[in-house]
Amino acid sequence: MSMFEDPFDARSLLGRRCSCGGNHAAAGHGRLTASPAGEEERWNRVVDAAVLRAVFPVDATRRQFLKTVGAATALATISSVLPVKAAREAFAQGGAPEKKDLKIGFIPITCATPIIMAHPMGFYSKQGLNVEVVKTAGWAVIRDKALAKEYDAAHMLSPMPLAISLGVGSAATPWTMPAIENINGQAITLATKHKDKRDPKDWKGFKFAVPFDYSMHNYLLRYYVAEHGLDPDKDISIRSVPPPEMVANLRADNIDGFLGPDPFNQRAVYDGVGFIHLLTKELWDGHPCCAFAVSKEFAAANPNSYRAMLKAIIDATAYASKPENRKEIAKAIAPQNYLNQPETVLEQILTGTYADGLGAVKKDPSRIDFDPFPWNQFAVWIMTQMKRWGQLKADVDYAKVASEVFLATDTAGMMKEMGLTPPDPAKKTIVVMGKAFDPSKPAAYVDSFAIKRT
Amino acid sequence: MKASLGFRAGLLSLLIFAAIAGLWQLATQPTAVSGPAMDPEYAKLVGAAAATGQKSAMPTPAEIGATMWKQLQDPFYIRGSNDKGIGIQLAYSLGRVLLGFGLAALVAVPLGFLIGMSPLVYRALDPFIQVLKPVSPLAWMPLALYTIKDSAISSIFVIFICSVWPMLINTAFGVAGVRREWLNVARTLEVGPLRTAFRVILPAAAPTIMTGMRISIGIAWLVIVAAEMLVGGTGIGYFVWNEWNNLSIANIVTAILLIGLVGLLLDQALASLTKLVTYPE
Repeated sequence: MSMFEDPFDARSLLGRRCSCGGNHAAAGHGRLTASPAGEEERWNRVVDAAVLRAVFPVDATRRQFLKTVGAATALATISSVLPVKAAREAFAQGGAPEKKDLKIGFIPITCATPIIMAHPMGFYSKQGLNVEVVKTAGWAVIRDKALAKEYDAAHMLSPMPLAISLGVGSAATPWTMPAIENINGQAITLATKHKDKRDPKDWKGFKFAVPFDYSMHNYLLRYYVAEHGLDPDKDISIRSVPPPEMVANLRADNIDGFLGPDPFNQRAVYDGVGFIHLLTKELWDGHPCCAFAVSKEFAAANPNSYRAMLKAIIDATAYASKPENRKEIAKAIAPQNYLNQPETVLEQILTGTYADGLGAVKKDPSRIDFDPFPWNQFAVWIMTQMKRWGQLKADVDYAKVASEVFLATDTAGMMKEMGLTPPDPAKKTIVVMGKAFDPSKPAAYVDSFAIKRT
Repeated sequence: MKASLGFRAGLLSLLIFAAIAGLWQLATQPTAVSGPAMDPEYAKLVGAAAATGQKSAMPTPAEIGATMWKQLQDPFYIRGSNDKGIGIQLAYSLGRVLLGFGLAALVAVPLGFLIGMSPLVYRALDPFIQVLKPVSPLAWMPLALYTIKDSAISSIFVIFICSVWPMLINTAFGVAGVRREWLNVARTLEVGPLRTAFRVILPAAAPTIMTGMRISIGIAWLVIVAAEMLVGGTGIGYFVWNEWNNLSIANIVTAILLIGLVGLLLDQALASLTKLVTYPE
């Protein structure tokens, strides 16, 4: 994550963008994107920049002023007339949250890392929120509890807010998804007895588990086997099993494999039950998985709480995206209160140096990554798969639903406010197993598949 | 002679326990067979069993004993909303069971009285009772969550619905089965209907009602574990589910034994209550 430029640097141009699309001056690109600063400092700079910009609307004047007197003097001078410190504090607090005591539901998987770690590592309390993170047994339960307003916000699979908004599988309720949690981070795990059947063509009659019908896992597994000529509804069977029960089922030979979230892929290896056939990043590098979801009603009724929560999540996600923080995070989320897993399992997942279950140690630092930006293109892709597999019967305005549920604009605004650089919402290329996806032609994409249920 | 029978039975119980534990220990003894030598770097990343090319094994009774001892030493700790001691979890479950059971008793006993006294009501309600009674209480859970919109109340509702039937049926049966002579004596003495109900019918039907309650609480205790596994949050069922996530069989066995123990205590409590209201004729 890059940060805002130093407004007290005479060389920087406030408000002019670098060619990389980042919100910083071109000259500072390398330095800024390379050097991560502390949270506090980054925010302070945002405020300083705003104050300076107000004092010197013309860039040239500011630079002249800074060159003449020097940055330190400039800051001292401006602070003496303007309450910069108070502005910094006011910004850090934002509006007072309408509701301070919040409940956020999560499923104990590494996808929820930002939601979970924000609790022990204090990202929520920094926003003045008193959040209780509640472990929940399964996706249907988390959906029902969120719909019943028992949770103020919830960890969901990224297709779930779309399904809830569209009324697929539940009563239609407007739902929003302001932040993705993680990208990549899933895997296909097979029982150890199948270690010689690495070609999906040999998988006829296999029983697979996915966490939920409306999950990236389901769509990716279907996509993968279909690309290898198997019909996911006829040649294999796919059942919905809550993630925590997958390893137990694999051990009991109830299933032959699963496309599931971590830590359960790595846990299967740790317990000698299965091996990692492939990471989902090998199918689609950068695919979304889980999401932070809030009902439209809650966001409208408690705008400040909503913003504070979202800030905490974006903050935590940014922190989690840095490889050097991953070991610390593994330690923070391993206890019984959160994931309840051996620390080494989580460390292998988060650092990407892992045992594959077949006797080799593999290294892939991007095995899981964290990126909050809810690209609308993701939503469109997900809906094409809902359509492809017959979950979505009626015609749908892909772009409209995508922009209503995946709140890219909100998130971008929030990121800017926090001094982070939001990406350009139009620029996202999606390539799944070598096949490019054009989000402007979703219907044609659905039609282009040989195996489908439409 | 009687004492010595008890002594012998106790001895036999101990022997059976020792035999089971011994067999278990033998069956789960870590085998010395080592697979092909593993890369030490790899072995460090996986569990002990996987490092020798095996599945992780069942824990031995000794390991379970150690886990149990650890849990029982500190049963009431709270380390965050998702991590509470086993004693607290049991207390949550007990609270839910007693609340659901109490509500069920409040409904079932008066209704059972009515059904037992009036053949008309009995006939009218019979089809409903017969259809609803065999439904697994957990089947109510999605419906309860959907309509009540509160998982805590939903699990209490599930306890309510599963414990209401045995009490209802037993109360009705007990009330209907009060001896004709006693009722006739009451009528001869011109006792009012309310007084008859409380002074004649209730004491006569009490043992049957208590038996219904005893069945109910047993069922309620069975159901709460499953309900909490489904909904999560707190309770001994949640504890089992949480440890299942972690594939920690030792903790699960600990929970199983404690669930059994609490179930036994509940049953004994109601059994002694039954004794209190039973009079020799």
